[in-house]
Amino acid sequence: MKNLLQVAYLDIRESLRSKWFIVYTLVFGGLMALFFITGVSDSVVMGFTGLSRMLLIFIQVTIIILPIFILITTVKSISGDRESNVLEYMLSFPVSLKDYYWGKMLGRFVTVFLPVLLALLLGVAFGLFKGGAMPWKMVFLYTALLFSLSFLFLGLAFLLSTVLKSTDMALGASFVVWILLLGFIDIALMGLMLQGRVSDSLIVTIAMLNPIEVFRIGAISLFDPELTVIGPVAYYLLDTLGQTALMVYAFVYPIVLGLLLSLLGYIVFKKKDLL
Amino acid sequence: MLVDAQHINKTFLGSKVLDAVTLQIDSGDRIALMGSNGAGKTTLVRALLGFYHIDSGDLSVLGHDPVKERVEVLKHISFIPQLPPPVRLSIEELINFIGKTSDLDPRQIIKEAAKMDLDIAEHKSKPFYKLSGGMKQKLLIAIALSRQSDLLIFDEPTANLDPKGREQFYQLLSLIPEERSTLFITHRLDEIKALTNRMIYMDLGKVVEDEKI
Repeated sequence: MKNLLQVAYLDIRESLRSKWFIVYTLVFGGLMALFFITGVSDSVVMGFTGLSRMLLIFIQVTIIILPIFILITTVKSISGDRESNVLEYMLSFPVSLKDYYWGKMLGRFVTVFLPVLLALLLGVAFGLFKGGAMPWKMVFLYTALLFSLSFLFLGLAFLLSTVLKSTDMALGASFVVWILLLGFIDIALMGLMLQGRVSDSLIVTIAMLNPIEVFRIGAISLFDPELTVIGPVAYYLLDTLGQTALMVYAFVYPIVLGLLLSLLGYIVFKKKDLL
Repeated sequence: MLVDAQHINKTFLGSKVLDAVTLQIDSGDRIALMGSNGAGKTTLVRALLGFYHIDSGDLSVLGHDPVKERVEVLKHISFIPQLPPPVRLSIEELINFIGKTSDLDPRQIIKEAAKMDLDIAEHKSKPFYKLSGGMKQKLLIAIALSRQSDLLIFDEPTANLDPKGREQFYQLLSLIPEERSTLFITHRLDEIKALTNRMIYMDLGKVVEDEKI
């Protein structure tokens, strides 16, 4: 445990100094600032206004950029360490693979989750400053959803980094997974539905398995219990499961999946050659 | 016996890089491990350090399996790579990491570095990769020597050192207690001949020559 925490601490220190972390923090913090500068919070779109409107946009943008940011930065640094022999040197000391792998994962989780959470809190602070009421339920739900989404993509990134040994391959795979998951959110699913070539139950299953779609439904259902803004699949799921069950699923499913992927990554890390 | 390798084999993409290698390393052995590129020297060392799973044969370090009991094995081995890796940690963070994982007082590393005219206090907040090539190599050597391991593995350790640095390094090596073992991967036997008592030559994954000097 001592070594695991030490590895996590060093990974955080290293990340805080790296360029990717600065860009990552600026992107999410900058997004929030941009929303205020452009007056998003003052606009009324589809009945949403103020802080709710801004958080809704923030979540919509996060759905797109958070997964790819986590995948690229994590995969690049872990595979890069292997290619530049940093991994060889750091693992020539008596530290167990368990401590190293999970320590890295813990450290990396802190550095990918905190900037997003801080951006969210920054948005809330701005909103309160402008005289809005504190949306406790929304902040709590969004924090939980961002937590689980970050965890899932970190688990996926660790798996890709251990299975694919070259940085180029791992980056390529990250893009493919990201585009595939984005492709199967409601819009693409609606297309499949309209064509009528795929059964409805398969479409609903795809939607339930796609963590990005699950995140999207969970996040937006809080604003719009009818889910008119995101399409028929989401509407069907909400109608069948109910709002509470859907939100619990949107939080728990990515965590379980992320845990499975990272565990699989750990098994590969242990069982295959390290270099 | 420190290291015992019995008929170990390792294949990468259909090509045999370790071919029934059998060798033992005892306390006090000072080995020059030589051979052309692709002879299997690095693979053998990486197998000893637990990075590679051997396909068949038996390999142990002080009776421990390098893969299954890597922590126990690595307590007894220090390794200096040929090229210093671009570690992004600061010097202070790096030596604290090594101190904690290897149960070593970081001051010991500082003391060892000073013997090669490397003042760690002056550079402690600098990232390791920003040091000059010679300074990096000196720090890696200081780390390896301060751990007082039973086996020290050097992969072309003087590649980045100037003549004075080499001289200081060889002087330090001559101070290593007799019961400890060293293994140099080298192409320049003449430079380290005085520090070795055994020469192993590898070719195409096999040990083709193993003699005491």
